[in-house]
Amino acid sequence: MTIDPIHQFEVQRYVELLHISGVSFSFTNASAFMIGIVGAIFLFLTYATRGRTLVPGRMQSVAEMSYEFIAKMVRDSAGTQGMVFFPLVFSLFMFVFVANVIGLVPYTFTITAHIVVTAALALLVIGTVVVYGFYKHGMHFLHLFVPSGVPSFLLPFVVLIEVVSFLSRPISLSLRLFANMLAGHIALKVFAFFVVGLASAGIAGWFGAVLPFFMIVALTALELLVAILQAYVFAVLTSIYLNDAVHPGH
Amino acid sequence: MIVTSKLTASASLSTVLLIAGTALAAAAEADHGGGFPPFNPATFGSQLLWLAASFGALYFLMSRVTLPRIGRILEERHDRIARDLEEASQRRAESEAALAAYEKALIEARNKANAIAGEARNRLNVETETNRKSLEATLAAKLEEAEGRIEATKTEALSHVRGIAVDTAQAIVSALVGVTPRMEDVESAVDGALSKTH
Repeated sequence: MTIDPIHQFEVQRYVELLHISGVSFSFTNASAFMIGIVGAIFLFLTYATRGRTLVPGRMQSVAEMSYEFIAKMVRDSAGTQGMVFFPLVFSLFMFVFVANVIGLVPYTFTITAHIVVTAALALLVIGTVVVYGFYKHGMHFLHLFVPSGVPSFLLPFVVLIEVVSFLSRPISLSLRLFANMLAGHIALKVFAFFVVGLASAGIAGWFGAVLPFFMIVALTALELLVAILQAYVFAVLTSIYLNDAVHPGH
Repeated sequence: MIVTSKLTASASLSTVLLIAGTALAAAAEADHGGGFPPFNPATFGSQLLWLAASFGALYFLMSRVTLPRIGRILEERHDRIARDLEEASQRRAESEAALAAYEKALIEARNKANAIAGEARNRLNVETETNRKSLEATLAAKLEEAEGRIEATKTEALSHVRGIAVDTAQAIVSALVGVTPRMEDVESAVDGALSKTH
């Protein structure tokens, strides 16, 4: 077999749907996982809250905890007015979280290891900030780039820095998630190939394969942490950016 | 801050792994016609379409169905706790009011009992006094009557004394002297003697 650590990121076409000027909109494994993630989130949360009990059971506690966790995050970052974005942040967190964690299961596809997916989500966040900011505050939204209390001769530079930092947000937001997911999965795959390669080399190789095998165990634990942490970071940064849309003044 | 340092650590580790991975990916690129899959623009259209559809569906389901559902559960619990606390404090106020009413009733009953006892005592005192007075009056009247009777008896007796003395003196004189004195003489002699004794 060939050592190919990026085969796992290959988008495989399942059903050919339509081609519009060379761009394919086929149903692929990525599409299947996206729909599966949405279905898993919705079914779990619905099933967990089916009893609507006063004293929650284990699954209902998980549903309530995720609700209160994101609600607190949004309220702390963007205030009570920012709670209009609670469904958005909740959906983003759950989507990224479940996508990251499902991607850790062997033979699955990690949709968040594709830059186009993370970039789309990041642009959705920044787009929401810009659209809601102008809709709510009009031209006053541009005060976001003009911090108060800055000496006038420094102001052009500060505004330039603010604009650049604002524009870099979608890039850093999407690249952070993408790079973490991609790198982690490649590393896992590389060590897995080491195990297979060494073990096929004979008795001595079996002993040699032990080290990368334990490395995989350790890396899987680390990747689980990264998967959860990146979903959390994505949600926190989203709430912080959305705060600018709600309160543009510094 | 801990989160930040963790992030930095994981980010730097990721960077190292990313470089390693990219190198390997470049090495393996020969196997892939379209190059590195995440950067293959041929898949972008499909991914964006299905991402928009699935994330749109997720947003719709979360904002319309799931989050209101969980929110309602939490709200109901919150309301229930608030209501129970409210009821508890109301019950407590009720019991305190009942205690106060009981104590008030107790004090009132005690005062009433005292009043009844005082009234009874006064009435008895008055009755006793009246009885005593009437008894005394009766006694005084009887005493007076008795005294009057004694006085009358005495006067009557004294009035008899003169007659007896006159008869006795006439009889004694006639027995001693043999001559019966005249009634007038005896009477005057007795009167004289009586007036001396008095």
